Amino acid sequence: MKVPPLFAHVAVFLGAALIAAFASASASDVPPPAPEAQRARELIHIVRQDCGSCHGLTLAGGLGPALTPDVLADKPFEGLVATVVSGRPGTPMPPFRSIVSEPEAEWIVDQLMRGFPPDKGLPPAR
Amino acid sequence: MSSQSTVRLAPPVLWAAILPAIVWLLSACTTVAPIAELRGTGDLGVVIERADGRVKIIETTGRSVLATVEGLGDLSHASVVFSRDARHAFVFGRDGGLTKVDLLQAKIVGRVLQAGNSIGGSISHDGRLVVAQNYAPGGVKAFDADTLELLAEVPAITEDGRRSKVVGLADLPGRRFVYSLFEAGEIWITDFSDPKNPQTRRFAGGNQPYDALVTPDGRHYIAGLFGEDGLAMLDLWNLDKGSRKILAGYGKGEEPLPVFKMPHLRGWSVAGGKAYLPAIGRHEVLVVDTGTWQEVGRVPVRSQPVFAMARPDGREIWVNFAFPDNGWVQVIDTVSGKVTHTLQPGRGILHMEFLSKGHEVWLSARDDNKVVIYDTATKQPVGGFDAASPSGIFFTTRAARTGF
Repeated sequence: MKVPPLFAHVAVFLGAALIAAFASASASDVPPPAPEAQRARELIHIVRQDCGSCHGLTLAGGLGPALTPDVLADKPFEGLVATVVSGRPGTPMPPFRSIVSEPEAEWIVDQLMRGFPPDKGLPPAR
Repeated sequence: MSSQSTVRLAPPVLWAAILPAIVWLLSACTTVAPIAELRGTGDLGVVIERADGRVKIIETTGRSVLATVEGLGDLSHASVVFSRDARHAFVFGRDGGLTKVDLLQAKIVGRVLQAGNSIGGSISHDGRLVVAQNYAPGGVKAFDADTLELLAEVPAITEDGRRSKVVGLADLPGRRFVYSLFEAGEIWITDFSDPKNPQTRRFAGGNQPYDALVTPDGRHYIAGLFGEDGLAMLDLWNLDKGSRKILAGYGKGEEPLPVFKMPHLRGWSVAGGKAYLPAIGRHEVLVVDTGTWQEVGRVPVRSQPVFAMARPDGREIWVNFAFPDNGWVQVIDTVSGKVTHTLQPGRGILHMEFLSKGHEVWLSARDDNKVVIYDTATKQPVGGFDAASPSGIFFTTRAARTGF
């Protein structure tokens, strides 16, 4: 039996769309690997306190824009990671590549998009 | 009968036991407020506990904490001005909260949520108006200092319809306030003599002013610029001349280093006919002659300076630094123009405040959760106390100074 060409096209198109949708959904569902506990605590402290000097302690914005999940929702993940690592020329956003690695920046952006964890402070001085 | 008389004798014995107890209870009742004993406010101050929406009321004579006041909202970038009599502190919170705290009673006596995102404020010379500078919605608002009733609002909107964040607000004589617009790059002076009908004069500023100062004599206003190499300066005694650039091209065209925290400017950086200004994107403190406004030197320092604060006698400049070098403090000797001391008072030194005659400096060590106190002569710690994530430290001696 012969499949009508239009039906085949539509089926292929829907299939491709489904696979693409599933692939992109699974990509954002697999979070970037978390740094080890001590470093994660340090990074949370840095984001809350030091990024917070421009973006606000609650990340609701200041001289820099808000970094809350609702504000970041429609921003591309890779672009946000690039902003953390390389800064944004022409604005006060500095490059943080001397402070965080690229995988750490990915983890930070992912955490920001999910709602950033509270700061537990730095561990006592060594 | 004899048994009856013993019963009659009983009450005085009972009274003997009860009376002292009543007297003790009544005397306890009179110590209601934490700072109720008769005292002045000249040695008081406020320490911001930024993460907990709390301030500590401290006294500098015995270097102790007198009381804690809660419920001030998001204090992640909080600043404080004082009433003329130094009885009340006005605390401006990041979340737009403006809170009036009675220092002697250690309680909140007024609070308004006046904006979505605020950066600080100022008080008029007659003490009647408190003015807040806001990021969102960008502009300034004037409040009655007694009641915190909103009297006037000046939106920072330019011809293009764009609203700017307001930075670098300072008080001027005659109920006037000067401030800068970050996006529009302008300097505005608003006269609130008639509070319900404010009059604003506009001046050119420069690219992305991030903070500003008025000199202690109230003569000059200087705005630091993030977007260009130089600072904007306005002679407040000759406003018709407009603003001019000073230190233009101090970066010599070199690629700026990353700035992980914006410097803070206030009149404290002026000493002995010179102004000591943090460079942007360079690890230097720039020295300017306040007579000619020409650069007369620059002092290499450890990292991006945030505060360059003159000890009140002008002999030393204490400098702290942006993340990740915020555990360091350097001292510049103003006579030799060189760094003479490099200190590590604690982790996350966010702020320094001198006693009015300069013999002590109090530093907040955010990441160590403490305030440390240094003797400025010996450069040794002489005291301190625990405070949760402390940031700003503000002494009531600011009440008497222009630009504070």
